[in-house]
Amino acid sequence: MPEYESVIGLEVHAQLKTKSKIFCSCSTEFGREPNENTCPVCMGMPGVLPVLNKRAVEYAVKMALAVNCKINQKSIFARKNYFYPDLPKGYQISQYELPVAEHGYITIQVGGKEKKIGITRIHMEEDAGKSVHSAAENVSYVDLNRTGVPLIEIVSEPDIRSPEEAVAYLKALRSILVYLEICDGNMEEGSFRCDANISIRPRGQKEFGTRTELKNMNSFRHVQRALEYEIERQIDLVEDGEEVVQETRLYDADKNITRPMRGKEEAHDYRYFPDPDLVPLVLKSEWIEQWRKELPELPADKLQRFIRQYGLPVYDAEVLTAEKDLADFFEQTVKIYNQPKKVSNWMLSEVLRELNEARIKIGQSKFRPENLAKLIKIIDDGLISGKIGKSIFSEIFNTGQDPEEYVRAKGMVQISDSSALEQVVEEVLADLPKEVERYKNGQTKLLGFFVGQVMKRTKGQANPGLVNKILKEKLG
Amino acid sequence: MELAFKTLTRIRDILSRKEASVEEVVNACLQVIEKTEPELNALITTCAEEAIEQARQMDNQGPDPEKPLWGVPVVIKDVIATKGIRTTCASKILENFVPCYDATLVEKLKQAGCIILGKTNMDEFAMGSSTENSAFGPTKNPYDLTRVPGGSSGGSAASVAAAQAFASVGTDTGGSIRQPAGFCGIVGLKPTYGRVSRFGLIAYGSSLDQAGPMTRTVRDAALMLQVIAGHDPKDSTSSPEDVPDYVQTLQKANDLKGIRLGYPVEYWEKGLSPEVKDCCEQALNKARELGAEIIPISIKHTPYAIATYYIIAMAEASSNLARYDGVRFGFRDKEATELLEMYLNSRSKGFGEEVKRRIMLGTYVLSAGYYDAYYKKAAQVRRLIRQDFLDALKACDLICAPVAPTTAFKLGENIDDPLQMYLTDIFTISLNLTGLPGMTLPVGLGQETNMPVGMQFFGPAFGEEIIFQVCHVLEQALQGPGLPHVLKDEG
Repeated sequence: MPEYESVIGLEVHAQLKTKSKIFCSCSTEFGREPNENTCPVCMGMPGVLPVLNKRAVEYAVKMALAVNCKINQKSIFARKNYFYPDLPKGYQISQYELPVAEHGYITIQVGGKEKKIGITRIHMEEDAGKSVHSAAENVSYVDLNRTGVPLIEIVSEPDIRSPEEAVAYLKALRSILVYLEICDGNMEEGSFRCDANISIRPRGQKEFGTRTELKNMNSFRHVQRALEYEIERQIDLVEDGEEVVQETRLYDADKNITRPMRGKEEAHDYRYFPDPDLVPLVLKSEWIEQWRKELPELPADKLQRFIRQYGLPVYDAEVLTAEKDLADFFEQTVKIYNQPKKVSNWMLSEVLRELNEARIKIGQSKFRPENLAKLIKIIDDGLISGKIGKSIFSEIFNTGQDPEEYVRAKGMVQISDSSALEQVVEEVLADLPKEVERYKNGQTKLLGFFVGQVMKRTKGQANPGLVNKILKEKLG
Repeated sequence: MELAFKTLTRIRDILSRKEASVEEVVNACLQVIEKTEPELNALITTCAEEAIEQARQMDNQGPDPEKPLWGVPVVIKDVIATKGIRTTCASKILENFVPCYDATLVEKLKQAGCIILGKTNMDEFAMGSSTENSAFGPTKNPYDLTRVPGGSSGGSAASVAAAQAFASVGTDTGGSIRQPAGFCGIVGLKPTYGRVSRFGLIAYGSSLDQAGPMTRTVRDAALMLQVIAGHDPKDSTSSPEDVPDYVQTLQKANDLKGIRLGYPVEYWEKGLSPEVKDCCEQALNKARELGAEIIPISIKHTPYAIATYYIIAMAEASSNLARYDGVRFGFRDKEATELLEMYLNSRSKGFGEEVKRRIMLGTYVLSAGYYDAYYKKAAQVRRLIRQDFLDALKACDLICAPVAPTTAFKLGENIDDPLQMYLTDIFTISLNLTGLPGMTLPVGLGQETNMPVGMQFFGPAFGEEIIFQVCHVLEQALQGPGLPHVLKDEG
């Protein structure tokens, strides 16, 4: 039986965070009343005309520059024609023959290895509206608030060879978009969407197999599982001597399967042609240069800098730079208290855990860099033990209270007074003569037990280092 | 009623000097409408009450010297959006559509002080050459009620020729201003593409559509263009080119000395009716007498113009008309029970035959596997035709051509033969493919039919000034077509 490899190309749609829509001045704000963000232009009333939003162009070009694309100084908008109730004009304005950018790449890390993934093209287009079907009333509603929200479509080369690479690529793209502050990157709300083209072939074969297109994957996990399922499905077909049919398939997350879209839904001839209502988009060199200058430090550069500047392990740097807000939080904390590795440890464990539990982003939390800096400092200063630090973390994370004030108010300050501790140690040893005997007979691992007893009597507030030292002295 | 027969220029002066009230002028036009409309059917909507109300208000306030067309009643082709006034495109599918916005050119006319008296009949969605393709019935030619007024701006041409209003704004995608102007003996200008904003002009062929004035004199056309021309931030294809003082430019024109008029030999060869040929040749002789030099030129790719034009116009139309789906506005078939059926029924019942024919042909030429052979090829030929014109305009100042092979034909004569109908556009459509400006000037009555004959003058891009100058001089030297039959017992 031959070994197979999968060949995957991804199409990503990213909603751009402009204030107004791509071809009219309506707001793009999410969560308004249905059809509140509409005007004759985005409703496709007779006689209206589109006018291109320059900010959307800026964002598209910035993304193109960030992923090493060649910018086309002249690009053309085209009409993609199809009928659907949430597509008011009966066509979507997109780019077809001449997109705004082509021939880029990004570098991803999978299993400790670097890999370059080619980007075929980036083009600009308008989003469609939303159809809401009410089974109870047996009617459908159309909400055009999303109609005309600017999108970029980022099309990869078929360079991806596994679901893991696909997810790494998506995460890297998403991270760049968020770093550029041009997209929310929210897959569940649909501001970052992905379709996949996938085929399999026996390893070593040059020709591509027949591909299917996968849609309806609303999280990285969905992408991973849908691709895994589809690879297996295609291998099974080929092994059974059947053929893969070129078709569009929907991922069903509940059943974790892919199934074909109905024939009618995919039988589209979009009849693309240049939109006569829009002149070619001509980008001045000064604009492009200006936008290039405005690019922030991108994830890959920040990663390298974190390793270099802070001496962090690759893993720590990867996690911290995956989200810009997280990286910023780290750097602000280190600026206040210069212990990068300690800060990183706390962030990777406690901070991320709390964020996951609360399902929020770091920016939405009351916990600030000065809180984390103070917490680490009072541990280092011996005011509290690391263990106490961990035990109170959840509380101070959720309330945003100053850690020092908190432990003082609660009387949790550590006992580092050796005379006070000596007394406790003596009491413990006096109460436990059998154990002392055994220790002295060579069972030295009982030291931990004695430490535990001291901690118990001091309600955890004893300085553990000091307790250790005193115990060893007393036990000879 | 007599006030209605004045030119736009004249009535404007009368109004500004308060020699007549706005209400009197509006009433004069309404009387003409009342008298002629039962026979002509030039208007789809008449705004009599609103116009009188507005006239009274204006009379109370008195003339405003800031407003160049203060108090002047005009009619607007029903393909141009007017806020609060239904805008039908002469289609059942938009029968009850009332826009919540004005076209930019309508806004400009209102700012200039115009009163909108009504919306004019047309071929549905501007698709046709006779105004017979209207869901509101055909318009008749005011010179002969058995004949068509031309199209698609036939309602505008008939209305202005019959003195229902002092001017109209029509639209020209393949001759839809110039051909009906010629058939009805008035002046009609298709400006340079981008000269007048297309915002609010309901699209047929977006890369070809251009709105322009239809008036009884050249000076009137200059006045109208002055008001409606200019860059519009709402139309990306509108030109930032400065708008010159068109009326002022007419003062400079006294004769045609030094003017070179080119006539394309391809246009004068065959298929031209003798009466049209005679009239046009007489006009050219007159031009020569006035000092012009007449030189033969060649527009080599003329034989490809009709095919090229119809491929591009229909392709664009098939996409432009997709929004009439019954979902948000316009006609929706109430009996449909599911989505596809709603689309099919609404569009099948809402659109007329010619519109459906063009949507189907346009869909076909854009389809996978045919795009390169049709649309792409047509776009290439279009560039060649434009180059022909640009080359020709190096050898002459203006190009002149007949408007149509014949004078206005009979109602029903071509309606069952779409191809024959398309061929009547032979002299007008090339200009839209080039984007250049062109104007129809009435040059007399045909000897055989006694119907108006028009001649076109094409100029360089943004060369409306020289077109106005030449046509103004020639207009003074030629006999106008006289009052139309429908008004024969008047004035």
